Amino acid sequence: MNTNKETKRVTDYDMQQLIGQVLRYGVLISGLIAIIGGIWYLFQQGSGIPEYGVFHGEGEGYTSLTGIIKGLSNGSATEIIQLGVVILIATPIIRIVFSLVAFGLERDKLYVLITLIVLSIILFSMFGGLSI
Amino acid sequence: MTILTFTLILLLGAYLAGLAGSLTGLGGGVVIIPLLTLFFHVDIRYAIGAALVASIATSSGSASAYVKEGITNIRLGMFLEIATTAGAVIGAILAIYTPVNIVAILFGVTLIFSAAMTLRKKHEGALTEGSRLSYLLKLNSSYPSKEGVIDYKLKNIGGGFSIMTLAGMLSGLLGIGSGALKVLAMDSAMRVPFRVSTTTSNFMVGVTAAASAVVYLQRGYIDPGIAFPVIIGVLAGAFTGSKLLMRIDVKWLKIIFSFAITAIALNMIYNGFNHKF
Repeated sequence: MNTNKETKRVTDYDMQQLIGQVLRYGVLISGLIAIIGGIWYLFQQGSGIPEYGVFHGEGEGYTSLTGIIKGLSNGSATEIIQLGVVILIATPIIRIVFSLVAFGLERDKLYVLITLIVLSIILFSMFGGLSI
Repeated sequence: MTILTFTLILLLGAYLAGLAGSLTGLGGGVVIIPLLTLFFHVDIRYAIGAALVASIATSSGSASAYVKEGITNIRLGMFLEIATTAGAVIGAILAIYTPVNIVAILFGVTLIFSAAMTLRKKHEGALTEGSRLSYLLKLNSSYPSKEGVIDYKLKNIGGGFSIMTLAGMLSGLLGIGSGALKVLAMDSAMRVPFRVSTTTSNFMVGVTAAASAVVYLQRGYIDPGIAFPVIIGVLAGAFTGSKLLMRIDVKWLKIIFSFAITAIALNMIYNGFNHKF
């Protein structure tokens, strides 16, 4: 019983380290991409006038993954930034996927279920036709 | 004003937001939304998109350190994320039907509440008896402190879960992390020790914000020209803050910041009632 508890502790500790790494790298990568895209964007449009007083919503190129990838292949600075944004938003979601795997390895059925519920709510908001 | 000046001022503002956020526990969105709407007169919908991005950056950036120290209760966070993500999706849907001036007024009220929460005295003691549900859900845990490992038990799981749903809805509607409400749910209702509730709340903010950010991104609220200085500034600010936190006493900073936030909030409520958004 005692040894069993010990091995479980090690796994919980491993999960903490892993989740810490996922969050750190996600943030670093998205920050770097935002810097690269941002500098390029300023170089191209820095002398323009910002117009954010009226909301018109962003175009297809910035709001869907396929649009962003298409823009990237054209070398568009703003779409490089949006890629950074998408990675930033994806970081906590990837964190959940890693937790799911870790709870699975720990054979913690209850928490595999709980994590699956959280993941499905997020997937629902991604694909559930909420992009009106 | 050119895009270059706009970007540089926003970068500085986001840096200060990240710095203040990591020192006082109030998330980045609390500063970003008033800065964009009151100072730059940016439409509040773009401001909400930027605030969500700021919330995720602050949360992920600081949570990476706390999780590794083993203070965060990952199971508690995961369980309560059912409530916050469901709430966030509902909030993001409600946002379509809510007039912008109502959003501004609600935001102001939430700001005042958050400021008051920052100054409130927190529970430090750990419960030794937990409720039945806390054992069933394996929510009781322990955390390292200077005095050694402290065990704690939780109560009123249902109450905490309900407040979390509300926190998620506000987060989805206003684009903020609503960390203050999350701490209230854990600290007051469930009696989670102060250090654990703050770090676990921070851990959850990223997932809650991501759940609604997906919806907002698809709706075109997130503008790249606003997003990039916000990401870079907030991350750099949060990083500096976490280094400073070890060395300075934040008591006075919290008091000054809370009063500043309250003044901004009253301004937003006033403008909201006068339909200036």
